[in-house]
Parts: sequence; structure tokens; C-alpha cells
Amino acid sequence: MKKKVVVIPCSGIGKAFGEMGRQAVYEVIDDLRPGDVTTTCLARLMVDDPETKALIMRNFVFTVDGCAKDCARKNVEFAGKKIDGALRVIEILKENRALKPQGILELGEDGLKLVHILAQKLNNEIDGLMRKEP
Amino acid sequence: MLQELKQVKVGIIPCNGEDLCEGTLTRFACRKVLDTLRPHETVTICLPLFIAGDAGERNFAKTFPTITVDGCAKRCSQVTTEKLSGKPRYAVVVSELLKESGIEIPPSKRTLTEKDQTAIDRVAEDIAVKVDEILGKG
Repeated sequence: MKKKVVVIPCSGIGKAFGEMGRQAVYEVIDDLRPGDVTTTCLARLMVDDPETKALIMRNFVFTVDGCAKDCARKNVEFAGKKIDGALRVIEILKENRALKPQGILELGEDGLKLVHILAQKLNNEIDGLMRKEP
Repeated sequence: MLQELKQVKVGIIPCNGEDLCEGTLTRFACRKVLDTLRPHETVTICLPLFIAGDAGERNFAKTFPTITVDGCAKRCSQVTTEKLSGKPRYAVVVSELLKESGIEIPPSKRTLTEKDQTAIDRVAEDIAVKVDEILGKG
């Protein structure tokens, strides 16, 4: 069976980066690649949920972290899975300094533009990953 | 003195809940408490930081009395907080609270609408009451 890509955002709650990553993941799943990409709750890995562990073990895993603490990546690795790719939201912000998210969850027009940019970048990375799959 | 400082703020720890509508609701309700209802009495920490962070971050639940807020009955925030940081003072489960209150769970995990505000308000109010109880203001 063809592998899926499980994309897991950190969903940080203290700054806008976490919501931007989360929204970009939903955009990829719902709008850009319906069918071959999915997500799961990151925190389920922290409670050793067997279904969630099985999902990440048998598929590609891509993490989207808000900041340099890389919580999503570290939690996936802590669960015993080597990730297949990773992005940091903060890098997108550095590349687009004119755009500033409005609030932590209410991202505003600029924040949503950043989400689209991040989603496109994520989509391109997933393209590369899927090409490796026979 | 240290004990007095510890009691000034309550730590709110929401689950991640990426795969659930209740998880998105959890985030909005917690932010409402942090930003609007009890901005001076509450602080938060990203749940996955307990594994990724250092000892200081793992001590969060020892430094602050905490309320964990979970979207579903798996109680990932409560279980992880207990395991890695300390026992929370209260554990809220959004799916159960909404069921008890007769409020429908929002249909989308991506965006919440004006209609979902009732659910956000109900959860946020419940958390705020628990904050007041912890701080002796209830």
C-alpha cells in the first residue's frame, strides 16, 4: 500500500507561529493534497497511543515547528520515529519580514498570507518526498 | 514568600488536538481565558515542550498550580502533565463538558464560526471559575 505523509504541527499556544503551522497543515490536507496527506494529534504520541504510534511508524512523517525548540520533531523522535522532513514557521517569517501576523489565533490578513506561503512550501517538500516512493 | 509568588498565577495547559474539532475549541477557549477573562492570573506553556524542553520547563506544574484542558477522553494533557511535570489541580475534558451542557461540538477542526462562540464561552467560563477557586477568589 502506498505510504501517506503524516504532517504534524507543534500547535504552539504562546505565539502565532504555532497557529500558522497548524493552519498550513490543514490547508495542505484539505485543499492542496487531499488523500495522500493526513495529520494526528502530537500529544497522543506523548501518551503512547498505539494507533497513533502505528500511523507514524508505517508512513512518512513531516513536522512543522513554530520555533527553534522543535517540539514536534523531538516528540516524534522521542516516540522512536526518524522524521522524513521538517519545516520551521519562524524561517518563513524571516523570509517575509513585511508580513506580520495579527494575533496568536486570529492571524489576520498578513498571517493568512504567511500560512499560504508555508503551505506551498510544505506542498513542494512533500512532492519531493513522494517522488522517492515507488 | 516563594509560596505567595507561586499562588499568583495559574498555569493553563491545553492539549494539541490537531485531529479533533474539540482540540481547536480547546485552544480558543484557553486563549480567551489567557487574553480576556483572566489575563493577569494565568500563564500557559506548550504541552510538547515538556519533552522538548529543559528542567525549568518540566517544573512548570511544580511552579504553578495548573489546569489541564483536553479535547477528548484520551486526556493527553492531563496524563503528560502528571507524568512529566506535576499533578494538575483541575482537569477539564471539553467533549464531556459540552455534552453535560447540551452544546454541540463545532463541525470543523480548521475554523470556528460565530455559531461556535457559545461552546468557546462555556469552556472558557468553566476554566475561569476554576482559576478563581485555585486563587481563593471563588
